Amino acid sequence: MFFASRYVQDPLPRSYRMPENSIPKEVAYQIIHDELQLDGNPRLNLASFVTTWMEPECDKLMLESMNKNYVDMDEYPVTTELQNRCVNMIANLFNAPLRDSKQAVGVGTVGSSEAIMLAGLAFKKKWQNKRKIEGKPFDKPNIVTGANVQVCWEKFARYFDVELKEVKLSEGCYVMDPKKAVDMVDENTIGVAAVLGSTLTGEFEDVKLLNDLLTEKNKKTGWDTPIHVDAASGGFVAPFLYPELEWDFRLPLVKSINVSGHKYGLVYAGIGWVIWRSKEELPDELVFHINYLGADQPTFTLNFSKGSSQIVAQYYQFLRMGIEGYKKVISNCMENARILRKGLEKTGRAQIVSKERGIPLVAFALKNKSKRSAFELSKALRHDGWIVPAYTMPADLEHMTVLRVVVREDLGRQLIERLISHINAALSEIEYDAPLVPTPKIAFTVEVTSSDDKDEASLLIPATSIQWKQHKPQTISKAKEVQVFGTKTKGVC
Amino acid sequence: MVLSKTASESDVSIHSTFASRYVRNSLPRFEMPENSIPKEAAYQIINDELMLDGNPRLNLASFVTTWMEPECDKLMMESINKNYVDMDEYPVTTELQNRCVNMIARLFNAPLGDGEAAVGVGTVGSSEAIMLAGLAFKRQWQNKRKAQGLPYDKPNIVTGANVQVCWEKFARYFEVELKEVKLSEGYYVMDPEKAVEMVDENTICVAAILGSTLTGEFEDVKLLNDLLVEKNKQTGWDTPIHVDAASGGFIAPFLYPELEWDFRLPLVKSINVSGHKYGLVYAGIGWVVWRTKSDLPDELIFHINYLGADQPTFTLNFSKGSSQVIAQYYQLIRLGFEGYRNVMDNCRENMMVLREGLEKMGRFNIVSKENGVPLVAFSLKDNSRHSEFEVAETLRRFGWIVPAYTMPADAEHITVLRVVIREDFSRTLAERLVADFGKVLHELDTLPARVHAKMANGKVNDVKKTEKETTREVTAYWKKFVETKKTNKNKIC
Repeated sequence: MFFASRYVQDPLPRSYRMPENSIPKEVAYQIIHDELQLDGNPRLNLASFVTTWMEPECDKLMLESMNKNYVDMDEYPVTTELQNRCVNMIANLFNAPLRDSKQAVGVGTVGSSEAIMLAGLAFKKKWQNKRKIEGKPFDKPNIVTGANVQVCWEKFARYFDVELKEVKLSEGCYVMDPKKAVDMVDENTIGVAAVLGSTLTGEFEDVKLLNDLLTEKNKKTGWDTPIHVDAASGGFVAPFLYPELEWDFRLPLVKSINVSGHKYGLVYAGIGWVIWRSKEELPDELVFHINYLGADQPTFTLNFSKGSSQIVAQYYQFLRMGIEGYKKVISNCMENARILRKGLEKTGRAQIVSKERGIPLVAFALKNKSKRSAFELSKALRHDGWIVPAYTMPADLEHMTVLRVVVREDLGRQLIERLISHINAALSEIEYDAPLVPTPKIAFTVEVTSSDDKDEASLLIPATSIQWKQHKPQTISKAKEVQVFGTKTKGVC
Repeated sequence: MVLSKTASESDVSIHSTFASRYVRNSLPRFEMPENSIPKEAAYQIINDELMLDGNPRLNLASFVTTWMEPECDKLMMESINKNYVDMDEYPVTTELQNRCVNMIARLFNAPLGDGEAAVGVGTVGSSEAIMLAGLAFKRQWQNKRKAQGLPYDKPNIVTGANVQVCWEKFARYFEVELKEVKLSEGYYVMDPEKAVEMVDENTICVAAILGSTLTGEFEDVKLLNDLLVEKNKQTGWDTPIHVDAASGGFIAPFLYPELEWDFRLPLVKSINVSGHKYGLVYAGIGWVVWRTKSDLPDELIFHINYLGADQPTFTLNFSKGSSQVIAQYYQLIRLGFEGYRNVMDNCRENMMVLREGLEKMGRFNIVSKENGVPLVAFSLKDNSRHSEFEVAETLRRFGWIVPAYTMPADAEHITVLRVVIREDFSRTLAERLVADFGKVLHELDTLPARVHAKMANGKVNDVKKTEKETTREVTAYWKKFVETKKTNKNKIC
């Protein structure tokens, strides 16, 4: 039996070198499983948008396709087709102008990071080709975004040698201002990236306004600057909750959109999607046609080999839930977010930073002057099992520290209410506007007289030894009852 | 008393899936369905369609692992809902990755002191790993050139024409010129002498392959290192080497420990290996290791305040599942050095069984070598009547997936069939495969030649192109042939 064996005694060569010998599989399983218990509980990780629960039937499908290498398209044609169906469905969801051809242009990726890099690459190549034809320099491409963008845009910019022109945030405005963004556009701008569902506050940027302003500017300049919508979180929220909101391909300048399947697409981590408006938006020289494992395979992704599980899971969700199901889930999330918001407002200590319209999350700062309070609250909630991180806002709002709770599908009403009560408890421990005066020191000598007669034993605190800075010393006339923990001892402690 | 209730038409919960209306509807392909369906129905429908995918374990085309122990499957399912990038929330998972990096770095003889942390990262596959390594080289070279005041706008990389497509992707997406050393008949890997000749001042690195995709051969990295050291002395360019050990990285240390190909050679600055090939993990994990910290330019590393903690990140992907990282760790401690060696020994044994079996038939030229990745690549001695593509198609009927493909420049007239021996390809399967090859050849011998007639009509100049087109036509013909046979079967049954 594992815990009786010698394996629990052996320290694993954990640090640095592969062990020489094999160990039994049950042992390997147990050792790793036990260590992993010390990881946070994914379902209580309120920091993340990424899905942490799926139905057992889906788990089963995922396990069954774990040994299929997705890229072997010729060997696994059905899996490949499931991806294509997902691309078509998402393109339709985003109102891509497909007309009769029905085949959308898009691809499944490992996440929105890869999706964004592909979309950015397409913009860069298109812009370079245009500039080459015009005989103009094409060595200084830039992209305009808000300072609230997720780090993958900065990565894209740095790795692919594109300058990142960020529209700074301001107090009360935590997303990209379309006017300022359009101002920043110049002849070297490969595109403007708008975020539908800002990481920080869950807000939707006004893509329609951006489109209209940019159309005006394009008319004057003739630069034809396009828009990409980073709908990593919002892409599976807006169509179901705010169908009248025009943010997608209904706006003519929007040429590509990315969305994370593993956020409100309701699939485990490891799947994103990028959709292009039409074939023309994806330069053919970026697409590889390779003779891999004996068949022609067009590929435009950064990753090659990867598991098939998440793609199958995404299709499962589309089929299983349908539009009706997604609507219900996201409505529940919004309702729960609203409950949380109300609960926080009731404490009187929270300043809600997120808006009611957007991603179902609640971002709030504490009304305390001290920056530390937010981190203290985060720490206190950790004690209760919740992971609610605190983080500082980006430029020019570094003085703000917010806490953010993301309401995912599996954060039910009961858990929300429990969270609220924990927050209340934690806040009562945290000083509200902590006084600047130092805490008074109390030093007292204690006389303990013991006696076999219980009533005779007493604890005497001479009043003179208590020093209060601000208040007059109080004389304690009667010995108060003091509870003594632990065992009674006879004699000197 | 049991209250009975008449089941209404719409009471879906009692209907077994195949009795319900869900199997009557055609599946959504282009638009998300309006309504939800029960989860059992969703599972069944998708599961059934996926039955028509190839059987992963009979997919002899792929290097990627298709079988793992149930204990590992269990661990993988348990961590499928952990988003790997949440390092602060899942510190143990993060640490398991670090341990793997350290073990692999030491396996590759990285010059590390006792207890010194290795520089490396887990990726989604070798594609991402190679892009990261290439990026590091590009940035290092650019910085060096800037410091020297020399132009840095035309970086190039020297590889063999036998490289896997991800190198071409890297070159195209990151704007680096790819200088390929052409192959020749009988010589299917990069010739070190020719490679070193191609190196110029704009070369960011030379990439050698340990385990060529096509024939499984190991390139002579030591010779390359020695020749390049010489050239560097003369030119002062300091051109480094990257070893693409996607397949070979988990073979050479166990089967050929005396072979010097890794960090023992001073010019080797980074190495990538696929955890999902002979690392014996399912698709979705690769590793890249750098020799030292100085080989990874700091400006490429992002320190971000994500979800409340400082996280250094140098990957293209961000959110992804944790399962494969944990599975890799499982394999490393479960098998240990001894276990991996046993597995590789078995693979090599079985490879020899297959090789000898095929040789005995007298109809094949074996193109792969005995040393290298355990695979057998072979072509027909006489392909004038039937091509390798036809053999592959016919073999499909027996359940095996064995691809046929043409070699790259300048050996495009050679077509090979390739069987990869993985951990789960036992001796019995090898013997059965040999027998089935015999049956296939016997069957083809009785059929009239298809290729011959078309070849006679082809132009002399475009012989190579026509062959490709011809083989494609033949493949299409055979596909139709097989398909018609299938439908006929249905009618009879």
